[in-house]
Amino acid sequence: MTQVREAFRTPAYGPAPESRRLAMDWLQGGERSFGHYLGGRWTDPGELHPTRCPADGKLLARFSCGTAADVDSAVEAAGSALGPWREIGGHARARHLYGLARQIQKRSRLFAVLEALDNGKTIREARDLDIPLAARHFHHHAGWAQLAAAEFPGHEPVGVVGQIIPWNFPLLMLAWKVAPALAAGNTVVLKPAEFTPLSALLFAEVAHETGLPPGVLNIVTGDGTTGAAVTRHPDIAKIAFTGSTEVGREIRRVTAGTGKHLSLELGGKSPFVVFDSADIDAAIEGIVDGVWLNQGQVCCAGSRLLVQESVEDEMLERLRARMETIRVGHPLDKSMDMGAVVDGAQMDRIRGFLEAGATDGAEIWQPSAGVPEDGLFLPPTLCTGAPASSTIVTDEIFGPVLVSLSFRTPAEAITLANDTRYGLAASVWTEDLSLAMDIAPAIKAGTVWVNCTNRFDAASGFGGYRESGFGREGGKEGMWEYLKPAAGPRRPAAAIAAEAGVRTDAELPVTPLSASADAIDRTRKHWIGGRQRRPDGGYSLTQLDPAGTPWGEAPRGNRKDARNAVEAAGRARPGWAGSTAYLRSQILFFLAENFAARGGEFTRALQGATGMDRGAAAAEVEAAIQSLFAFASWADKHDGSVHSTPFRNITFAMNEPVGTVAIRCADEVPLAGVAGPVAAALSQGNVVVVAVPERFPIPALDLVQVLETSDVPPGVVNVLSGIHGEIVPTLAAHDDVDQLWDFVGDGLSGEAERLSAGNLKRVWVDREGSVDWHRISGDAGALLLRKATRVKNIWVPYGV
Amino acid sequence: MSRAVQPGSAREAASRGRPVAASVSRSRNPGMPLDLHAVRSERVNRPAADARAATLTTRRSVKQAWQAGWLLRAVTLIDLTTLAGDDTPGRVLRLCGKARKPVREDILAALGVEGREVTAAAVCVYHGMVPTAREAMRGSGIPVAAVSTGFPAGLSPLRTRIIEIKESVAEGAEEVDVVITRGTVLAGDWERLYDEVAAFREACGDASAKVILGTGELGTLANVKRAAAVAMMAGADFVKTSTGKEPVNATLPVGVVLARAVRDYFRATGVRVGLKAAGGLKTAKDALAWLILVKEELGDAWLDPHLFRIGASSLLADIERQLEHHVTGRYSAFHRHPLG
Repeated sequence: MTQVREAFRTPAYGPAPESRRLAMDWLQGGERSFGHYLGGRWTDPGELHPTRCPADGKLLARFSCGTAADVDSAVEAAGSALGPWREIGGHARARHLYGLARQIQKRSRLFAVLEALDNGKTIREARDLDIPLAARHFHHHAGWAQLAAAEFPGHEPVGVVGQIIPWNFPLLMLAWKVAPALAAGNTVVLKPAEFTPLSALLFAEVAHETGLPPGVLNIVTGDGTTGAAVTRHPDIAKIAFTGSTEVGREIRRVTAGTGKHLSLELGGKSPFVVFDSADIDAAIEGIVDGVWLNQGQVCCAGSRLLVQESVEDEMLERLRARMETIRVGHPLDKSMDMGAVVDGAQMDRIRGFLEAGATDGAEIWQPSAGVPEDGLFLPPTLCTGAPASSTIVTDEIFGPVLVSLSFRTPAEAITLANDTRYGLAASVWTEDLSLAMDIAPAIKAGTVWVNCTNRFDAASGFGGYRESGFGREGGKEGMWEYLKPAAGPRRPAAAIAAEAGVRTDAELPVTPLSASADAIDRTRKHWIGGRQRRPDGGYSLTQLDPAGTPWGEAPRGNRKDARNAVEAAGRARPGWAGSTAYLRSQILFFLAENFAARGGEFTRALQGATGMDRGAAAAEVEAAIQSLFAFASWADKHDGSVHSTPFRNITFAMNEPVGTVAIRCADEVPLAGVAGPVAAALSQGNVVVVAVPERFPIPALDLVQVLETSDVPPGVVNVLSGIHGEIVPTLAAHDDVDQLWDFVGDGLSGEAERLSAGNLKRVWVDREGSVDWHRISGDAGALLLRKATRVKNIWVPYGV
Repeated sequence: MSRAVQPGSAREAASRGRPVAASVSRSRNPGMPLDLHAVRSERVNRPAADARAATLTTRRSVKQAWQAGWLLRAVTLIDLTTLAGDDTPGRVLRLCGKARKPVREDILAALGVEGREVTAAAVCVYHGMVPTAREAMRGSGIPVAAVSTGFPAGLSPLRTRIIEIKESVAEGAEEVDVVITRGTVLAGDWERLYDEVAAFREACGDASAKVILGTGELGTLANVKRAAAVAMMAGADFVKTSTGKEPVNATLPVGVVLARAVRDYFRATGVRVGLKAAGGLKTAKDALAWLILVKEELGDAWLDPHLFRIGASSLLADIERQLEHHVTGRYSAFHRHPLG
């Protein structure tokens, strides 16, 4: 009992090991070899890869590296299961998901130990965060399955979904992906990360035992090649990916033009903003949870500390003292704050960043205690004095490294916070309510935690702005990612156009200039930054009427016109986004009023340009007025919501404008198909650059005169005409365009998707013809409003 | 808080390593002028304090021999207390006996610890019981603490409260647990609170001034932190959570805030002020939680009877049961341990 005496005299923490016995039993002592789980059956193991515990290098098991043939089988199984899974209905699906939630709870410790062994995360985090949250996601989504018909009328599952998840929260990321997909009625092919396949394999076993129908969930293990086979598979309708921004970009390119739905949850360099009005000790604990959770291998880690200069020294001094008490060691020790880094390659990458930072002049500080020598351990690290250009400031390190910068004023804090390509999350610390409420909406990020950090819940959406990806996971906003408007008796735009006598099949949509026979020469220009501008190239195009005679001229835009339009939009963006919904509503109503006053003129323009009969043209003018009214009305009615998350806090979901929206309009609806999307985007505070219909630009160009007289601020709407192939690629590639709407859906649309990978702007190609511009339905309106906004979730704990 | 360091006031707490019962020769808190700006700018975020308190015990796990060792240490931190209207000399004598030998000798022997190493930190009684306790503890080195100043409400006239302190000290109390007027905190009357605590401290003379804040009646955690700051500036040797008579006593979030106040004062002045948790600590698990809190927020130096106390009456019995369990491997029963 000398140990007791020793512990009595020196109050040190002894070892507090969690037993690995049951987990190792399940892994057959490290001898187990896994196949894939396909169509409700386990395949024989194929080419085997080892998975090891990063804390001690011990072999845990071997898993199969999925081939293209394995992925084919998985997709086929998922495809066969799709119909029955959809048809059993929401209630039956809810029963299955509820069962999965309960089974995770009932085996929570086995899952937790397995996760800690495979990933290197501490058993505490696995036990208290990963596993309960995974169960929570299935629980919450059992509810969405039950309510799907009532909450999402007119929608159906997307189809077979390919899901690729990362190694940092293996089971939790599985839950984030699988639960909403299954709740909505999709079937799944999931590929876990190659470093951490085990909890997904256990989950497959559990799902099988609970009687999940064969083929509904298929797990194919493997590496990047397996993942590539999933992303390229023609029968997969949607890819959901969580991982690095580089891989996300590649997936964007690979899926471009295929019509696959896509959601990406990517990297981050999230700001952690501390004002002098903060409870500094609380903020320091927030940092511990924010950047050293899971060894910093968290996409939303608050890895960029921005601290007000007046409290910087004190804050950093206290922070260093706090870092001294962080315990780094074996993940199965219950008294450890940090475990092991997932893999040697990751460890080298992190060290590379630190070396580069030191070379750049940063001071790299680590606590005195050190870390165990064996195993992949890194201490918590604080970098100060780094130049803003250093990669440790700009790039995602994905390790236990905090970079500290200072600011002087709230305005400077916002500027620094937004000075990044990413936009996943942010944390803001102040006891000053009006300051917090000013800062939270100003930071471009999908989640803002006020006086807290790394809070997650299934009832709240999570996802990024900018190059942190698009799409949301969790809550109602997450469910939309796995649904699409039900295929019904929809009127294809082409059919409507044909009915109305619009000829979109002319050999040359527009031709090089030949003068028209206007009584007085009509000159239509681009509208950029509130001014009518001649095209940069000095070329024009002639629009022929259906008989093939010149009917009018339109500017032939080029890449510089596109660039100028985007720049003008960018200048107008903050003002318009900051304007009140009431003002935007008034302007849209006024626009409708002024447009209606000139309805006869537009009717004639439509007739002349397209050859449609007078009745059809008048109907389209009427439809455009209705669209303007509809979105003028919705301007102040697309409300956010307050989520019911299980913390004492308010989690409010704000619908924020996306920013600059480039809109590519279709020939079939030359006027209503321009006024409608512009109104939708404007109503929510976006600014737009419109590429008017290529074949029939003139009615839309005439809209400029109405815009000019309707109080639309300069730059809020910018109008370009020309050959789409000469302007749309510039818009699609432009890094300051936040979103592209394409209502044409041709080969150029796919090219635009490919080009969008640069800044990972959201691209919506309405290939399914979801919107009938002749009569905006409630569903279509709601869809447009969702496209015109992105959800920011702001978490504000309260209490005295 | 950011205050100027007072030269000469930094004195290290005497003991390191082996825990020993408190002695009167320990260093004192000389106090400092009231820094109203520092007091008023204290901010405490309640949900964050709650979260810290809730995760302290999930981040650390003390098991096996370490748990036994930590529980023995907890015993040495206990102010063994009886504060009831029906206290009698007989009751107090039994308590004093328990303070000298809080854990059965056979259990200590089995744990490899000598009996003289493990005593309670102090016995804590009403003024009337001080002579009895003083007599009973003679030669033990264990101080007698008196609760004073109109305990528990602290609303009798200041003059009589001062006299109370002086009389308890004259009767042999080496520590005095004084209560503040909670109304000064609620009214933000920091000057009055400062003057009151300074007067108490002066009346204590050589006796240790343990200032009870009555945290359950202060309304907010920010008030707890402000009150603690003022008490320390006025010379408190300990800041103590509760009388044990308030509806809410020593909660962990309050502990987090008090520990941080103590830490801030140490940063500003170099003086280590003690922390006492009183009321509501009933189980060995509670005691371990507080030890973890103090170790994490203040450091090992504070895990010493000079700087950390647990005011309790029934807690000891649960610790004894856990210690016996450690020795025998069987879960123990209360009746197997001598009553305190």
